[in-house]
Amino acid sequence: MWDYVKLLALGLIAVLAAIAANYARDPAYLVHALIIMFIAAGMFVWTLRNTEEPKPAAAAPVGYNDGVVRAGVIATAGWGVVGFLVGVFIAFQLAYPQLNFDWAEGYANFGRLRPLHTSAVIFAFGGNALLCTSFYVVQRTSAARLWGGNLSWFVFWGYNLFIVLAATGYLLGATQSKEYAEPEWYVDWWLTIVWVAYLAVFLGTIIKRKEPHIYVANWFYLSFIVTVAMLHIVNNLALPVSIWGSKSVQVFAGVQDAMTQWWYGHNAVGFFLTAGFLGMMYYFVPKQAERPVYSYKLSIIHFWALIFLYIWAGPHHLHYTALPDWASTLGMVFSVILWMPSWGGMINGLMTLSGAWDKLRTDPIIRMMVVSIGFYGMSTFEGPMMSIRAVNSLSHYTDWTIGHVHSGALGWNGMITFGALYFLTPRLWNRERLYSLSLVNWHFWLATIGIVLYAASMWVTGIMEGLMWREVDANGFLVNSFADTVSAKFPMYVVRALGGVLYLTGGIIMCYNLWMTVRSAPAKQTAPAAMAPAE
Amino acid sequence: MNYHILREIADSWVLLALVLFFLGTIAWAFRPGSRGTHQDAGNVPFRHEDAPKPDCRTCENCTCDVPPAFVKEVRK
Repeated sequence: MWDYVKLLALGLIAVLAAIAANYARDPAYLVHALIIMFIAAGMFVWTLRNTEEPKPAAAAPVGYNDGVVRAGVIATAGWGVVGFLVGVFIAFQLAYPQLNFDWAEGYANFGRLRPLHTSAVIFAFGGNALLCTSFYVVQRTSAARLWGGNLSWFVFWGYNLFIVLAATGYLLGATQSKEYAEPEWYVDWWLTIVWVAYLAVFLGTIIKRKEPHIYVANWFYLSFIVTVAMLHIVNNLALPVSIWGSKSVQVFAGVQDAMTQWWYGHNAVGFFLTAGFLGMMYYFVPKQAERPVYSYKLSIIHFWALIFLYIWAGPHHLHYTALPDWASTLGMVFSVILWMPSWGGMINGLMTLSGAWDKLRTDPIIRMMVVSIGFYGMSTFEGPMMSIRAVNSLSHYTDWTIGHVHSGALGWNGMITFGALYFLTPRLWNRERLYSLSLVNWHFWLATIGIVLYAASMWVTGIMEGLMWREVDANGFLVNSFADTVSAKFPMYVVRALGGVLYLTGGIIMCYNLWMTVRSAPAKQTAPAAMAPAE
Repeated sequence: MNYHILREIADSWVLLALVLFFLGTIAWAFRPGSRGTHQDAGNVPFRHEDAPKPDCRTCENCTCDVPPAFVKEVRK
């Protein structure tokens, strides 16, 4: 019976997608309709072939549901390399504009590839990392199997379909021009459905937990899921121009739209890239250091202070604009106060190693995590400083902002994710250890030097650019034209791109190492009989 | 019900409620006698690494209904 319901639904979706493709008003919508049609038709045929087939009696699932976590680890590593590669390419496009090839104009020029890069690293790499680690952590800390059966697979595939639709849309020109919220209306609707399913799986597992206490990592993950849902819905309130086209019109206009966008944008940083990844920190750092978090009290205060303050910090993106002064001051003050809980969290993460600092010498994974927390501390100091209006008047619209974002993203988010992937892979594929610790070491140094090159060159070029823009001669005329700053920035742009190359190389080495761990590292000897051996 | 009424409420009672809630969480974290609970919670990642906790209704020899050590101390 269930098979027939599925057949009916899939057939209906495939036919509707075919109709939509026929009436499509723009190429992005056409391609998306075709993608959905082929997926639905493929699933229809697959379901049809299995309908009324005798099914083996399904044994009640035991143990943790780790299949979806394994898929998430593969997706994270794969999307990571893709996102870094696009980033390196657009960095070279900025240094050498000839790389905006004439034959690819309108598809692979900087303007089209830039949102592809940001979404690939934040939502594809970071998002899949959050999905798979949250599913891993919530099961272990709740001592319960993931709730909802195959719903977690729907979350995984649905989320990755969202990424494919977003990425192809950017290349074909479907964007609502909101930074980090570029996907158009139907992609937003799809993500909303997937996100509700994600919340249900996560919350369902917490509700049926066997541990009396909800571990702090789950608090951070849950705040990330709930807040992103709220941000996503409010910032994407838009009316489609036609149901057969990708174009939509925002409901808010003018300064209200700008404020909503940066309320969203900054809290995407605060809850997606900070709260979610702090969930990772609060589980994987204690596990890798083999000692509980330094202060559980501090972690509770860290959580509540962080979520109470972050939500107000958005207006600092709109200093010296049409935004009222009081709102801009509010954003600045809360950004500065936010420094305290951020450093409280950093201290809590670092001090977890107290008494185990010797591990830094022997364990490159813990070294990665410590550097990650260090970059978290650095960028959460730099951010409040840049939100001060006087500093912002120098830093805004310059490459300093780009450097700040990347010391947070490459340093904090990237490194803690790499650490989590190195932690998870041997455990998920039941391996004794990683294939090679010296390759982890290579990855660590390539990534660290890459970040240093990136951040340092962006500081230099950003401050230089800001000073050049405001330089006036004795008569009050501007000294430099915009093109003067562009040519002055060339050497720093090359250094930045080379830093990106090092970071990308580290990512490729990680993929090789993880692949070889699954392929050829010895299986864990003391494996319980219930676990099927890989291969 | 216009913007100004909402703003009035937000600037007074809601602000007060949020500040009190926030101070309450800090007071709650530092409440006397919470040390054991926090130590137990901090050790959560080191239990149940490989398999979920067995269901006590179906498992006769399990010790999983025994409360954590700090609870016993309080009871004595």
